[in-house]
Amino acid sequence: MNARIPILKLNEVLIVSIQWELDDQTAIQFQEDLLNKMHNTAALGVVIDLTPIDFIDSFIAKVLGDVINMTGLMGAKVVITGIQPAVAITLIELGIRLSNVMTALDLENGLDKLYKELEA
Amino acid sequence: MDLRSSVEIITEWDIVAARQLGRNEAKKAGFGTVDQARITTAISELARNIYLYAGKGKIEIERVTDNGKFGIKIIASDEGPGIPDLRKVMEDGFSTSGGLGAGMPGVKRLMDEFKVASETGAGTTITTTKWLH
Repeated sequence: MNARIPILKLNEVLIVSIQWELDDQTAIQFQEDLLNKMHNTAALGVVIDLTPIDFIDSFIAKVLGDVINMTGLMGAKVVITGIQPAVAITLIELGIRLSNVMTALDLENGLDKLYKELEA
Repeated sequence: MDLRSSVEIITEWDIVAARQLGRNEAKKAGFGTVDQARITTAISELARNIYLYAGKGKIEIERVTDNGKFGIKIIASDEGPGIPDLRKVMEDGFSTSGGLGAGMPGVKRLMDEFKVASETGAGTTITTTKWLH
């Protein structure tokens, strides 16, 4: 019923494109899959692209926030890209601040930002 | 035209079904993408609260009119334990489930009207409306 979210590796970076509405199980599975993949590939950074996502509720926001913190614990950096205007507005109105998170408008800018951060 | 539709909330999958119904209804009613996201998010929060705290309940979505205004009303009802301290659940960051505590105050901010009726041991009904501007 719920397909897993594919995680692609590009050199030392993992790229995730979330293409469809996340249900709770898929979100939690993704959390685990990403951390395992990081561990197995020794990735230094992750870009999570949310371009097709048209809403994020507090549960998904919590899972994303947790993923970012867990990734940080494992020594990698995360950039979130492609947050749509409607998603940004509803997240702030909900009272959710994804603070200390690197973000970028799209995947291209996100990768740029991540590479710069990794070189620093 | 069917003016009222509803989804029973029993499993996690019903949360997805409820918000999909809400998004479709919001789109049909002529709401823009930002309001569609607000309505979808509000339903998701309310449905998850039912699932987490009451076990089961119902989300009803209804088209409403008032003095020439059009809107969508969401009624989230359950026969769960009720909310012991209504003031507390409306505080940002208050949660008994390890969540973000954004749900209830968040829904209130996302929507235009918001009303809670809760009785300990008998259940909770939350009614919230978004008007087309």
